[in-house]
Amino acid sequence: MAEKKMIEIRWHGRGGQGAKTAALLFAETVLATGKYVQAFPEYGPERMGAPVQSFDRISDSPITVHCAVTEPDFVVILDPSLMDSVPVTDGIGGKGKVIVNTSFSVEDTAKHLGIPSSQVYVVNASQIAVETIGMNIPNTPMFGALVKVVGDLNLESVLDDTKKKLELKFRHKPQVIEGNLQSIRRAFNEVQGA
Amino acid sequence: MVLTTNPKGKIVAKTGNEAMAEAMRQIAPDVVAAYPITPATEIVQIFSQFVADGVVPTEYVAVESEHSAMSACIGSSAAGARTMTGTSSQGLALMWEMLYIAAGLRLPIVMAVVNRALSSPINIHGDQSDTMGARDAGWIQIYSENSQEAYDNMIQGMKIAEQAKLPTMVTTDGFIISHCMEVVETMPDDMVKKFVGEYKPERALLDVKKPYTLGALDLQDYYFEHRYQLADAMNKSKQIILDVAKDFEKEFGRKYDLYEKYRMDDAEVALVIIGSAAGTSKVVVDELREKGVKAGLIKIRVFRPFPHQELAKDLANVKAVAVLDRSDSCAASTAPLYAEVTSALFTHSGGKAPKVVNYVYGLGGRDITLEHVGEVFDRLVEIKDGAKVGEILKYINLR
Repeated sequence: MAEKKMIEIRWHGRGGQGAKTAALLFAETVLATGKYVQAFPEYGPERMGAPVQSFDRISDSPITVHCAVTEPDFVVILDPSLMDSVPVTDGIGGKGKVIVNTSFSVEDTAKHLGIPSSQVYVVNASQIAVETIGMNIPNTPMFGALVKVVGDLNLESVLDDTKKKLELKFRHKPQVIEGNLQSIRRAFNEVQGA
Repeated sequence: MVLTTNPKGKIVAKTGNEAMAEAMRQIAPDVVAAYPITPATEIVQIFSQFVADGVVPTEYVAVESEHSAMSACIGSSAAGARTMTGTSSQGLALMWEMLYIAAGLRLPIVMAVVNRALSSPINIHGDQSDTMGARDAGWIQIYSENSQEAYDNMIQGMKIAEQAKLPTMVTTDGFIISHCMEVVETMPDDMVKKFVGEYKPERALLDVKKPYTLGALDLQDYYFEHRYQLADAMNKSKQIILDVAKDFEKEFGRKYDLYEKYRMDDAEVALVIIGSAAGTSKVVVDELREKGVKAGLIKIRVFRPFPHQELAKDLANVKAVAVLDRSDSCAASTAPLYAEVTSALFTHSGGKAPKVVNYVYGLGGRDITLEHVGEVFDRLVEIKDGAKVGEILKYINLR
């Protein structure tokens, strides 16, 4: 395989947590910064609570590959219980970073995952979601945490762009927009690790 | 930086389904009749929302099955209306008898088909068995590698269908493209409208001043001639497809042909492939070129009419070729694309032809990776260097 010129991201969630939406939203946001993007969900059992995955690719040049992401640079885990039931660290090698929605510390989470703590980031996205959006929908705060960990992305322009997207998506439910934006900002600031 | 091909282009992130629905909105056909089916549902769902919001003046007919959808499309197209629809897999299968009728009546219906495996066993993922099964129905078939091509092919497809008086299907690979968000350059509405032009059918059943009979009984006296004319029209549509592509390039900046030649100029080993896996394979071709292997790729865009003569010419000087099929032809010696390619070489290459092997891959959405494509090229290089060809038909990533 050629050296990797693109960033690949894998999202793990449970049906209903918004893993697909987060991957698409992230791609749109990154496109606004002038990079090429791809975002796609893995379609399988489409039921509430079932383990689901979605993916992003980011590159400075056009992306033509259309196979699955098997060696992600970043893994985002929306539901900590997936650490026990899904091989979430598959393919990350010695460099891939894992961001987990959990109330546990970086060290405890790293031990749980069986990988070095230098590869682990944590943020209590569920708590942030409850406090800002009013329910446990961890996808937007984890999106904020990912923006921080990937680096190279400006928070304010991400928030501006996301606001526009949410205004379109939630034009019939404007009250949820501010909470979602707040959740992104808080997770961006509160994510810990490395 | 993401660059536009045309200064008036707008860069957006869209899935294949969104891109096709957007093209339909801009074409703004008179009638869309459709029945939803995974993974094509979004196309007509998004489009029906455009209709409900008053964004397009289209008459949207929500029917009770795909058989009825194609029937309604045939009625509306015969009446003189610009007509579109969308479907997938079992939906296309249920349309079967109506597909032949649309073609026989020479109705320029454009249909978005999201390629999906056929039951049984039931599977919702991408392979090309559905449209490959319909390859002799008398429809022009245009396959897309990605969302951009899906958008561009829909726009060109409308013009091609109306000029050739042939129904046209434009496809994407189910989920792999239909549900993958990527960078797409869309064009302003007025440019698309101008490109597609106003539809002025030569004859229309609702033109009461010029009444005529359509779909009459046609026995030993004329049926044969009408079917011959259909085949003849299909052959002649090749030039129409090329002319429309040329116009499209002039207006929009993106180049299309019957097939794409990727690094084929001095290629010694090459793949012939259709759809999204062509994009994955291009990465492998690039890697091999960096290592000094003269690898190339041909991506079939237009499967009907099939570019036999052209392809034979372009493959004549290659030493070893692998044809990759995303559908199988049960108990035929090889799969559909391989049969076309080797028949083209046998008939038109003048005796000089490469060694050709066949691979079936990706049925039911099974992944094909860079490594898989790399292994195919490894074998081609061995064949080029004199190894025995061995088994012609092999299966990629089959457990």
